[in-house]
Amino acid sequence: MFEYIVRRLWQTIPTLLGVVLLVFFLFTWVGGDPAYLLAGKISNPEQIENIRRQLGVDQPIHAQLWIFIKQIATGDFGVSWATNEQVSDIFLTRLGPSLTVLVPLLVVDTVLAIAAAMLVAYVRGSVTDRVVMITCTVGQSISILVYIIVFQYLLAYRLGWFPVQGWGNGFAENLLTYSLLPIIVGVIVSLAPDTRLYRTFFLDEINQDYVRTARAKGLSETRVIWVHVMRNASIPIITNVMIQLPGLLVGAFLIERFFSIPGIGREVLLAVERSDFPVIKAVTIYVAIATMITNLLADLLYKAVDPRVQLK
Amino acid sequence: MKRAAIGTSIHIESPGLWTLAWKRFRQDRVGLVSLNIVAFFVILMAASWTGLIASDWSKEVGVSNAPPTLLGPRVASTSAERAPPARSRASRIDDRSEERVVDPLADILADIRGERPTGSGGTPIVDPLADVLAEIRAESERASAAETRVSTLIFGGDKWGRDVLAKAIKGTETSLFVGLSAAALAALLGTLFGALAGYFGRWIDDFFNWFYSVFTSIPYLLLILSIAAVLNQKGTITVVLILGLTGWTGIFRLVRAEYMKHRVREYVQAADAIGASHLRRMFVHIFPNVSHVVLVQLSLHVVLFIKSEVVLSFLGFGVGVDTVSWGSMLNEAQTELILGYWWQLAAATTAMALLVTAFGLSTDAFRDALDPKLK
Repeated sequence: MFEYIVRRLWQTIPTLLGVVLLVFFLFTWVGGDPAYLLAGKISNPEQIENIRRQLGVDQPIHAQLWIFIKQIATGDFGVSWATNEQVSDIFLTRLGPSLTVLVPLLVVDTVLAIAAAMLVAYVRGSVTDRVVMITCTVGQSISILVYIIVFQYLLAYRLGWFPVQGWGNGFAENLLTYSLLPIIVGVIVSLAPDTRLYRTFFLDEINQDYVRTARAKGLSETRVIWVHVMRNASIPIITNVMIQLPGLLVGAFLIERFFSIPGIGREVLLAVERSDFPVIKAVTIYVAIATMITNLLADLLYKAVDPRVQLK
Repeated sequence: MKRAAIGTSIHIESPGLWTLAWKRFRQDRVGLVSLNIVAFFVILMAASWTGLIASDWSKEVGVSNAPPTLLGPRVASTSAERAPPARSRASRIDDRSEERVVDPLADILADIRGERPTGSGGTPIVDPLADVLAEIRAESERASAAETRVSTLIFGGDKWGRDVLAKAIKGTETSLFVGLSAAALAALLGTLFGALAGYFGRWIDDFFNWFYSVFTSIPYLLLILSIAAVLNQKGTITVVLILGLTGWTGIFRLVRAEYMKHRVREYVQAADAIGASHLRRMFVHIFPNVSHVVLVQLSLHVVLFIKSEVVLSFLGFGVGVDTVSWGSMLNEAQTELILGYWWQLAAATTAMALLVTAFGLSTDAFRDALDPKLK
C-alpha cells in the first residue's frame, strides 16, 4: 500500500512539470510583457525598466522558469498586482468561505442524487421514471446563470426569505444565513445531471445475477437495494464525486460572484478581470496539484469500497 | 426474409453502417423531432448570418423596455420613462446632426441674394451645401420618425427599445456558430492526436498521454479562464480558439482507444500488405470505422461549448461588445429582471433551452441508432 502511494506520487512529477511548463509559457509568451500591463498609462521607459527588474522579466527565459519553480516550491508567489496582498494570504483567507458553501453543497447534492437515482432506477420504465428523466433533461439544458438569476430574484429579492447577497464574520452566521440560498441553487443545478448519471450506474447493477441471488435467498428489498446494489454502484459514484471536487473549488465562481461570497472562485474572476497574473498562476498550479491528489485518494477509496480492486 | 428472394440476382448490395443507422434513426420519433428543431436552428443561424433576417437587430424600434404584445402597452408611463435612456454613441451623433441642420452659409447667402436678386438673367446662386444639408435633414427626419416608437413588440424590447426576438436570433447565430466551430476544432485535434497515439503507440502514445494528463489536471473552467486572462481580447474567434484548444481531451481518449483496437485488425494488415502508407491506413482505412465515435462526441461537445460560451460572454470574457450572444443577453436581463422586465431573460433562456435539449436528445438518438447494442 505504502509502496503504491509512493510510486503514484512519483508518477505525478512529469505531469506536474508539464503543468508548470504550460502555465509558464502561457503567461510568459502569450501573455506579453507584464511591465506594460502593470505600468498602465503613466508609463515612462525608466518605470517600465524598473518593474521589469523587480519581476525578473529582464532575465533569460530559463532563469525566469527557475524563479517560477522556486515560487511553487516555497509557496511564495509574491504579491498580487492589483491589491499588493500576499498571494498566499489571499488563498488562506478565501478558502474558508469557499468550503463553507461547497462542502454542504456537495454532501446534500450527493445524498439527494443517490436517493433520487435509486428511486427512478428501481421503477425504471414507469411514468415516474420518464417524468423525472424528462425533467432532468430539460432542467440540464437551462443555463446555470438563469437558475441563479431567477432564484436570487424570487427567493431573496421578492420574497425576502434569504439575504440577497453578503457575508458575515461568524461561521454559524455565514452557514445559516448567507450560505443557504447559494447551497440551494447549487444543489438544484447539479441535481439533474447527477441523478441522470447515477441512474445509469444503478441500472447497470440492478440487473446483475447477484441481485437475483440475494432476492432468491430471501433478503428484504431494502437490504438488496441499499446494501448489495449500493455497494457496487458506489465505485463509479465515488469517481464522479472525486472528479468534481477540485473543479468545484473554482467552478462555484458564478455562485460566489452573484452572492458576493469572498471565496476562491470569485478571487479567480477578479484576477482575470484585472489581469492579476500571480494570483491566476498560483490558483492554476495549486488546483492542479489538488486534482492529482484527489485522483490518488479516489483510487485508495476504491480499494476500501471494493476489496477486489488490485492496486498496482 | 427478403434476401432469399433476391437469390437469383448476382449483385447484392448490402446496406452500409450509415444506411442502417439512418433506418433505425427514423424509427425514433423523439430523435426525429429533435433533429428537425436542430435543423431549424441551423437554418436560423445561416439566415441570420447572411443577413436575411434580424440584420436590423440594433435598430431601436420600440419604447424602452417595450412589453410583449400579449401583455399590451405599459400604462401610466411618464414621459421620462418613455424616453429611451441616453444611448452612448448613436444618440450623440443624432444630437450633433440636429445642430448641423442650420446652414452655416445661410446668412451670407441671404446677403448675396439681397444685393443681387436672381432672375435678371444672371446665373442663379447655388447653395454649395444644399446637397449635404438635404441629406442631413432627411437623416434627422428619419431619426425623429424613429422617435415615434411602437409601444409593444412581439417578444418585448430591451432597455434601448431593440426587438428581443431579433436579438435572440442574433444570439442563436453567435452561440451556435461558436458551439459548432469550437466542437469541430476540438474534434479535429482530438482525432488527430488520438489517431497518432493509438496507431503508433510507444513513445508517441506516451507523449500524448502526458499531454492529456497535463491538460486534464487543470479543471476545465479554470484553464479557459486563465487563457482568457492571458489573451485579454474579446471576440468570437477568440472564444472558438479557447474552447477548441482546451476541449479536445475527451475525444482524444476515446479515439485513441478505438485506434488501438483497430490497428491490429485484419483489414488494416491487408492494407499494409498492399502497400498503403501509415497515413492512408490511419485516415482512409481506419477513420471511417471510428467516425461514428467522433460524430457522437462532436455533437456532445457542441452542447458543452454552447454552455461555456454563454458563461464566458456573460462574464464579459467572451464575444465582443457589439456582438449579441445569449450570455450577453442574460447579463442585461439580470438588471432588467429587478425592474420587472422579464422578457429578455425568457427569450434567451427559451432559445437556449430549446436548442440544447433538442441537440442532446438527437445525440442520444444518434448514438442508439449507430450502436444498437448499447440500448
